[in-house]
Amino acid sequence: MIFEGTALLIARDNVDTDVLYPGPYLNIVDPQQMKWYLFEGLDPSLRDRLREDTILVVGENFGAGSSREHVPLAMKAWGIRCLVGKSFARIFYRNCINLGLLAVPCREAVDAARDGSRLRIDTDAGVIEVDGRVFRMPSLPPFLLDIITCGGLEAWARRRLTTG
Amino acid sequence: MPHTLVEKILLAHTDAADIAPGDIIMVRCDVVLANDISGPVAFRAMERMGARRVFDPQKVVMVADHFTPAKDAMSAALLRSLEEWCESQGVTFYGQGRGGIEHTLLCEEGWVVPGTVIAGGDSHTCTYGALGAFGTGLGSTDIAFCLAFGEFWQVVPGTIQVVFEGTRPPFITGKDLILAVIAHIGVAGGTNHVLEFVGAGAESLSIDERLAVSNMAVEAGAETGLFPADATTAAYLQGRTTRPWVAERSDPHAQFAQRVRIALDALSPLVAAPHSPGNVIPVEDARGVRIDQVYIGNCANGTLTDLRQAAEVLRGRRVHPRVRAIIVPATSSIYRQALREGLIDVFLEAGAIVSPPTCGACFGGHMGVLAAGERAVTTTNRNFRGRMGSPEAEVYLANAWVAASAAVAGEIVHPAEFLAEVRA
Ligand code: SF4
Repeated sequence: MIFEGTALLIARDNVDTDVLYPGPYLNIVDPQQMKWYLFEGLDPSLRDRLREDTILVVGENFGAGSSREHVPLAMKAWGIRCLVGKSFARIFYRNCINLGLLAVPCREAVDAARDGSRLRIDTDAGVIEVDGRVFRMPSLPPFLLDIITCGGLEAWARRRLTTG
Repeated sequence: MPHTLVEKILLAHTDAADIAPGDIIMVRCDVVLANDISGPVAFRAMERMGARRVFDPQKVVMVADHFTPAKDAMSAALLRSLEEWCESQGVTFYGQGRGGIEHTLLCEEGWVVPGTVIAGGDSHTCTYGALGAFGTGLGSTDIAFCLAFGEFWQVVPGTIQVVFEGTRPPFITGKDLILAVIAHIGVAGGTNHVLEFVGAGAESLSIDERLAVSNMAVEAGAETGLFPADATTAAYLQGRTTRPWVAERSDPHAQFAQRVRIALDALSPLVAAPHSPGNVIPVEDARGVRIDQVYIGNCANGTLTDLRQAAEVLRGRRVHPRVRAIIVPATSSIYRQALREGLIDVFLEAGAIVSPPTCGACFGGHMGVLAAGERAVTTTNRNFRGRMGSPEAEVYLANAWVAASAAVAGEIVHPAEFLAEVRA
């Protein structure tokens, strides 16, 4: 799969899911409502900078803390399809995969990216291009790639139910 | 092949013939848990997966604890939908006034036994490691899959063995032990790993103290924090559960990713200063920090042990006039026992607020959120910016001795300033 887009940088490390989507709004179940609270505790103006082709570029241990799926659900509701980070917290990473949201760990690519950089991610070739500079990314295990290719765990589950 | 404790647990719950860290496997669940936040999102996902019924109603449990009692009409509707779903699926539901905070409750109610796998739609499901179970936090889509199929995908984690050496000085609790671990390995140091707690210092901990330790494994990024089951575990489970279990531990030659030694003899009570659980300093270094609120509660530090510690400080003393002290017994049965022991009276006499069991302000939901510029000492597990209310508020994490002492002093102090001698 190939993802192309424009970088929006969240340069800090250990950004937790509480600041990405604060507790008081956890009683919302509709992603189209959730999206208005994405980044609320971090910097609400980030919402205004989201474009149709935004790829979030993030630091170490992104998505630490709470398992709230509201964060990647709200990201998807804004049309975000991909994140590139130095590293991801485990539950957040799982949630992304399960929602068909590609989360790629690659420190060099993050260091090379600035706001507005053009990114091109090729999962088959295992490379990320940042403004034309090419970086190798760790290959996604086939199992996880299968979930992403299906569009997420829901579709993967539907396939399992229909094929037995 | 020698295996670590977590590998043994996972091997018993998967079809794979053998496993090693990094392998991706499907893991069968013994219990699937969700709450009023993760549950309703998961139910919708389960429906979209095309599954109408849960894989096994006996193995599913739902707890209303985050927005309880409902903080507004929207939360009330959410709680209602949770209750209706449980009724239609025939699964166990702990409603308001009939349970408490999920993790304390499930241990108390005998859902958790050593060697089992518990998938929970809450990051602090890692608390069940205290009883030797692979309890692990998952998001709502994972939980939906667990509800439908009774299993989830898992990358086999490595093991970081944490050896607690020596004996604890007075006022050192499970909270201090885990803060020491997080200070040592960092807030992401446990990513893709489990922590395994061993050594004389680990074995000496009561189950309440172990809950406090395992609960914050996720604050080090770990998937769970395991205490190998022992006589203390067996005594705790006696009479609570009829579920079968066996005590397992890591093989002598098992491969650990890392071994960390924490010497307890020289430990001071620790606090995590704003805004990270990894920002750990000895209580002495925070001395004199003025506070507005104390919050004693949460899934791991609203136990009877915590309430007793707090009562020992508050007995015959008054909460500082400038300070609000909010005390939250984690479950109804802890609340009742505290009542029997006269602890609730001690709290009310001291001028504290006693809340019903609820997650409440622990995640900034309600029942004690902070205003801009306010500062709190809490026995909770996260002091992220804005976690308990305003992003301009500050939270210090500490044990119940330290929190209660701060309530009286109006500032952070070493509990020894109030209590010359203490029961161990
Ligand atoms: S008490 Fe706090 S940490 Fe525990 S489950 Fe509730 S919100 Fe989460």
